[in-house]
Amino acid sequence: MNSDRLKISLHNLDFKNPLIAASGSFGFGREYNELYPIDCWGGISSKGLTLNGRDGNKGQRIVETASGIINSVGLQNPGVKHFIDEELPWMKQHDTVVLANLGGSCPEDYLTAVDMLNETDIDILELNISCPNVKSGGMALGIKASVAHDFVKQVRAHCRKPLMVKLSPNAENIIDMAKACEDAGADSLSLVNTFKAMAVDIRRRKPVFENVYAGLSGKAIKPIALRMAHEVCHNVKIPVVGIGGITTAQDVLEFMMVGCTAVQIATGNFTHPTIGQELPQQLIQLMDELKINHINEVKGII
Amino acid sequence: MNYTEEKVIHNQRLMSDIFVVEVSRPEGEIKPGQFFMLKAWNEELSLMRPISVYRVDANSVSFMYRVVGKGTQWISQLRRFDRIRLLGALGNGFPCEEVKGKIALVGGGVGIPPLYETAKRLSSNANSVDVYLGYKDVLFAFEEFEDVCNDIFISSETGMEGYKGFVTDLLKPEKYDAVFTCGPLPMMRKVIEMCKKTGTPIWCSMENHFGCGIGACLVCSCKTVLGMKRACKDGPVFKGEELIFE
Repeated sequence: MNSDRLKISLHNLDFKNPLIAASGSFGFGREYNELYPIDCWGGISSKGLTLNGRDGNKGQRIVETASGIINSVGLQNPGVKHFIDEELPWMKQHDTVVLANLGGSCPEDYLTAVDMLNETDIDILELNISCPNVKSGGMALGIKASVAHDFVKQVRAHCRKPLMVKLSPNAENIIDMAKACEDAGADSLSLVNTFKAMAVDIRRRKPVFENVYAGLSGKAIKPIALRMAHEVCHNVKIPVVGIGGITTAQDVLEFMMVGCTAVQIATGNFTHPTIGQELPQQLIQLMDELKINHINEVKGII
Repeated sequence: MNYTEEKVIHNQRLMSDIFVVEVSRPEGEIKPGQFFMLKAWNEELSLMRPISVYRVDANSVSFMYRVVGKGTQWISQLRRFDRIRLLGALGNGFPCEEVKGKIALVGGGVGIPPLYETAKRLSSNANSVDVYLGYKDVLFAFEEFEDVCNDIFISSETGMEGYKGFVTDLLKPEKYDAVFTCGPLPMMRKVIEMCKKTGTPIWCSMENHFGCGIGACLVCSCKTVLGMKRACKDGPVFKGEELIFE
């Protein structure tokens, strides 16, 4: 049966396939649901939330680069309360696993938000310790393993949901970072967020982005993301969700083979607006070709 | 909104870097002032390209665009029978059914093409339409307005054709029941300012760098009195008084 061949389990939750729409690329699913039924996704990670709503960054927020994009949205979002009242009930009407992606700028705000999300029926809390586009928080946490350890430990003490920590590729050492988060009580890891990058507007003679640095994603980062996923998978015992330029069925299998339990797709949604609808079938076709009966057969074989 | 593969019927250079591509029309309603995300490649580029609807015919839809980078260059090389991916129709479009009477359309540069279908619709709704078209030097896409509007006012910055100066110098908002504008930001800000003084209702089509094109990624947000709004989904057309320019 086709439908079972992609089924995976993560935190005792059943995913119909290992594909998760990544935070920031998919809003809360409403817009893409106008294009196709979003329950074709194994899971959907919400737009990055902060305790209070944020307007995001000023100036240009996106630029296309060779095989990728750089974005500087700056966590524009309606805040956790709005999410709980308005977006989550809608998301939960769909047959897909709901991840609430939480960012922030100070630990107190994070913890208050975690307390609020505990009382909801989100399936997984994805903790963003790695947003490169927020000057006052996020990134610092995502760089030093010791800082991340202390922070994740605090969140763990509050969090009654499965806790997935989203890692930055800008960490000083991705293996140390992953181990620190595991040790602090993370239930799983997702990696990688965007790479700190830059673009210059030579006509204006200025950086493209007001924050100067912003986050690179898309196919350009895939080989590095894959290497990091491989390294992390070999050094932690908790499940790892791979992210970074995944746009094809082959990409999905590559991340599964290096040990990922599931994958997330962000930029791919912009390149192929119906990727969530098409990828499961393409995966099945590729598995047929490679004589893979169930996707888990190839998990961690490399 | 649909994501479809369409056939190129015609792709023609109008002048220097201005092209028109006519493609088979996808199903569904297309409103003046709406846009599509276009893709004429597979994975070579990461983003689709937002282009406003220039004209809608029974079996086709046309886009007039300026070649500014790799995406539009790619689109400009399409030939008859080639395939192109369309995502749309997107955005709200101009409120053609909500205004009545004497309407002014003020366009600048590649902001002019979306006003053609708008003028066509407004005229067919028995409105009286004047268009104000501002160019840098060489004119394009102005003859077709003759059939769908009352009066055409033309300016060019170099004075090569029409009035020498900005098209806003010609506009008298007090003569109109409503004004629609699409073009460079400084021009639109000026139009909004003029309309504010005369109390003329003004709608403005915003341009920005888009990511998804459907309202999910928030890279095209604009600041408004009602909070942050997505140019691609809540717009691109906004009431002039709602926009906050920084």
